[in-house]
Amino acid sequence: MFAVPGVGWLIAFFVVSVYAVMAVAFGGVDPFLKTSIPAWNPLQWDFTTMGNVIHEVFNGYLREVFVRTFVFVALSLAGCVAIGYPVAYYAARKAGRHKGLLLAALVLPFWISYLMRMLAWTNLLQPDGLVNQVLGWFSLPDNRNWLDGDWYTVVIGLIYGYVPFFILPLYSTLERLDGRLIEAGRDLGASARQTFLRVTLPLSVPGLMAASVITVLPMFGDYYTNSYLTSGSPRTEMVGNQIENYLRNTGQPQTGASLVLILMAMLFVLMVYYMVTTIRQQRAAER
Amino acid sequence: MNPFRRRHGKAPVLAMVTWVYVLWSLLPVLIAVRISLNNGRSRSSFQPMSFRWYWGDSTASLLHDDSMRVALFNTLELAGLCMLIATPIGVAMAIGLQRWRGRTSNAANGLMLVPIVTPEIVFGVALFLVFTQLYTGFPDGLTRQLLGHVTFTISFVVVIVRGRLAAIGTQYEEAARDLGASRLQAIRLVLLPLLSPAIFASVMVVFATSVDDFVISSFLSTGASTETVPIKIYSGARAGSTPALNALATVMLLLTLAAVAIATVVLKSIQRRGGEDPGPTGGLAGLSG
Repeated sequence: MFAVPGVGWLIAFFVVSVYAVMAVAFGGVDPFLKTSIPAWNPLQWDFTTMGNVIHEVFNGYLREVFVRTFVFVALSLAGCVAIGYPVAYYAARKAGRHKGLLLAALVLPFWISYLMRMLAWTNLLQPDGLVNQVLGWFSLPDNRNWLDGDWYTVVIGLIYGYVPFFILPLYSTLERLDGRLIEAGRDLGASARQTFLRVTLPLSVPGLMAASVITVLPMFGDYYTNSYLTSGSPRTEMVGNQIENYLRNTGQPQTGASLVLILMAMLFVLMVYYMVTTIRQQRAAER
Repeated sequence: MNPFRRRHGKAPVLAMVTWVYVLWSLLPVLIAVRISLNNGRSRSSFQPMSFRWYWGDSTASLLHDDSMRVALFNTLELAGLCMLIATPIGVAMAIGLQRWRGRTSNAANGLMLVPIVTPEIVFGVALFLVFTQLYTGFPDGLTRQLLGHVTFTISFVVVIVRGRLAAIGTQYEEAARDLGASRLQAIRLVLLPLLSPAIFASVMVVFATSVDDFVISSFLSTGASTETVPIKIYSGARAGSTPALNALATVMLLLTLAAVAIATVVLKSIQRRGGEDPGPTGGLAGLSG
């Protein structure tokens, strides 16, 4: 009974909204006004636009954008693992008496607006900004324009933006990990490295998966980090930029809506994985 | 050898990596705050300090630039209303879902989680299209933005409150029922007080999520009068702007941190009166599964 308002709200504003995306994607366009004529009846759905868009994704101008999105996300995820795992591991198992302070520092970015954190980087990365000044102290090339549309700026920005969201779920898994298993590994004669590789790492896989999924999903839809850090350079364009452009700047909403559906289809497995594991954990906790 | 020492053995490299990370994650923000205090127009280096971009400058400072003030008030209004609407709906939904058994409950559980895993651009586009094509009766601008924010924050409340519900168990409520309380009385007098730490944590998360949101606000924004702080930061950096943008971001940051600090104090006082410790990460760890 108590769940009714919430379920009703989510159906009215979420389920129906996603259905509206389908109605627009499979609907028509007014030939004169260039406005969308959504097809609310599935029997009237027209898949021509979707077919064209899928063709462009695999063979046309959209392929580069999709490949770039995948590469950016993959590199950023690798960065998140490389930075996030040691930090989460240290915080969960080695921090000792500084643990409270460290946790506060790890949670702090959650309370700082994402775009403020990006704004901070646009300050630092200006041609006469602090990053170049510091590089100059070490006699390194200090005249690079970081905000000029280079892939590494975007990847660094994405890592900086999302790594806090990666660390926290991983931390909670590593923290719950049974320390006796690690001790047992050591007692049975494994070296520290062997114990890590054969006990700790396998046990932390669920946490790694959860952390990866929860960072990768929003990254795939991100269109503001790259465009903010490169002044909208087409050289760093991701899927989200195309979607935004089609929906807001051109008169082709059904192309944008089709791209949204393609993106959702690509991410479907990850979304379901996260939902299923979460529901299982809930059930286990309530038992 | 003492196993305790082995478990907390020194890990100097890990420690260094971790603290360097902490520095890297927070220093840029501190620098942005420092730049907001610049006396000159530079957004890239330190200049002598002043409050020029807060109130000193008669045209471009936070106090005198109407568009910035509007953005700040819009953001706070949205976040405030969103807390008031999403929290009760979410708390009720969490209690309802916990009791609900059977096949439909799986569907409802799944439905509750979808907004969490949906990329924001999908959310933004979906809301944008539904409001322009179907729910055209809702006034555009802030009303639509509010409905959007509520839609995507309800789930966070549910996840946090359910974590706490699972920890409480059903025995307290059953005891209250055995002692003659009605179902509603048991919830109001026993369950809700026990849930209060989780409810506070949810309120904070809803506030922070709403204040932080860029994509949904932006898709449902209709122009200067419906801009929020994130939209202002996003559009401001492109045009040749001033440290006033940093000042705006700093004020928003201080307001959020103040709210978090107040919530933490309240949470602590609740715990002192006999609640349980929700752990150092508050409700946030619950969000991460």
